[in-house]
Amino acid sequence: MNSVRAVVARSLSNPVYRLMMAGVFAALAIVAFLTLNVRASWAFTLPFRGEKVIAIMLVGVAIAFSTVLFQTLTHNRILTPGIMGFDSLYALLQSFMLLLLGRIAFVQLNPQLKWLIEVMVMAGALCGLYYWLFLRQKRDLPVLILVGIVLGLLFRSLNSLIGRMMDPVEFDVLQDLMFANFNRIDGSLLAVAGFLMLLVSAWLWRQRYVLDVLQLGDAIAVNLGLNQRALTLKLIVAIAFLVSISTALVGPVTFFGILVANIAYAVSGSYQHRFVIPMASFLAIIALVGGQAILEYVLKFGSSLSIVVEFIGGVFFLGLVMRQGRR
Amino acid sequence: MIEVQSLNKKYGTTPVLKEINLTLPDQGVTALIGPNGAGKSTLLGVMSRLQAADAGRVMIDGLDVHQTSNAVLSKKMAILRQDNTISLRLKVYDFVAFGRFPYSQGKLTQEDMEHVDRALDYLNLNDLRHRYLDELSGGQRQRACIAMVLCQNTKYLLLDEPLNNLDMKHAVDIMKLIRRAADDLQKQVVVVLHDINFASCYADRIIAMKLGGVVYDHPPELLMTTDIMRDLYGIEMTIHSIQDRPIGFYHL
Repeated sequence: MNSVRAVVARSLSNPVYRLMMAGVFAALAIVAFLTLNVRASWAFTLPFRGEKVIAIMLVGVAIAFSTVLFQTLTHNRILTPGIMGFDSLYALLQSFMLLLLGRIAFVQLNPQLKWLIEVMVMAGALCGLYYWLFLRQKRDLPVLILVGIVLGLLFRSLNSLIGRMMDPVEFDVLQDLMFANFNRIDGSLLAVAGFLMLLVSAWLWRQRYVLDVLQLGDAIAVNLGLNQRALTLKLIVAIAFLVSISTALVGPVTFFGILVANIAYAVSGSYQHRFVIPMASFLAIIALVGGQAILEYVLKFGSSLSIVVEFIGGVFFLGLVMRQGRR
Repeated sequence: MIEVQSLNKKYGTTPVLKEINLTLPDQGVTALIGPNGAGKSTLLGVMSRLQAADAGRVMIDGLDVHQTSNAVLSKKMAILRQDNTISLRLKVYDFVAFGRFPYSQGKLTQEDMEHVDRALDYLNLNDLRHRYLDELSGGQRQRACIAMVLCQNTKYLLLDEPLNNLDMKHAVDIMKLIRRAADDLQKQVVVVLHDINFASCYADRIIAMKLGGVVYDHPPELLMTTDIMRDLYGIEMTIHSIQDRPIGFYHL
């Protein structure tokens, strides 16, 4: 009996087993999402829900990746890429296109084209900012983040200015886009987004040990042979793509990344990215897919997942800040 | 051989390195001394490519450190900075094993593990190998940092105030270790020291800096004089010969 307990305890402390357990729960969440409360025929339900579940998984994994990477890059566990003004740039982009094209044309815009524009503008803006600050001005990361925060504020103000100039009906369309909605995902985007995710994931997997070294701080990273500047640039591009993928698919999500990243640090039982990154992804899938399954098919509250997730994430964030303040 | 050629650097308009020229051989212990703000850490930072210079260059075995890839340099030269705050919750063994990254790229081989074990042994860290870094005292953490750069097994070792936070026993142990690394393993160790007597007892050569320039560059017997110490630090020091070593007394 005791030996059984010892074996269980040992496997519980092994990161591989922990990851496998999280994987099982993620799979259960997916099965639940596909099979709970099915009313229509299976032939209709499975492809319909399947497309949705793939989209939600893509978003969850993109958020998990981007937050963990951003936190590794900044050596800070309460930051998210959202702090760089990403969500406000997205909002500004929406209102700008709406203003430029008008409501009818905006709604009728080819979704793939619109998404591609959004990804390109957001990734381009961040790379441009980086190029200017790091390579031209020779500044470091904290300055980049501060500039990002200030720009975010600027984008938000511009956005509300445009909002004031807008026709109330158009403003209504815009308001709807400013909150993440996991039911709005356009299936035609999945192939492109999935392909992009695959590329980023493959690159990340090759960098998994390098990312561990980056966590030790810049001086040690350079001493151990990392080309730290080039790596920072590549990571920022990767983060830009990841955030663009998730934001353009469902809209801005602020606190969810902090939630899954920090739980992943705590439960993965390792500091290594090869465990932390998959763990954060599994947790994101469990929370989003499982949460959506319960809300939509059990409780019948279709579109409120983002609110629940952001609420829990926000409370968690406050807790993290308070705990760091006490130290 | 490390060649430092007319290095100049300014922070704003304040010069911190003024026309530094040095040649360090393949083997030996070189102590870098001088009052606070003399530019010792900056010189070490530029020599190890962590900081850029405004003019001049540093060649290590014929390679310009600011042109050569980090991956190549990390097998030739290791640097330990003064401030090593690691935000990561990490066990001592895992931290020290990072020193093998230039060779293993993260996947430890049998040989890597032998290097790690040897470094832990050298620094008396065997009992602490499974403790977390944030549970250690300042001196224990300092020893873990030294163990990490030792694992890197490089010909050149640059240490910025490695005796920080160490008690007398561990300070002596580290200096003996540095001496042994130079004599037995044929390394060149450049070490920033504040305790002039440690420099006198363990270094082959002492380089003294003041206001960004190298002002003296001598073996200990020639450098340890009352006049030089007054010029460097502005204190009156009497030099005594104890067991054939020049020892400075300035505490009263």
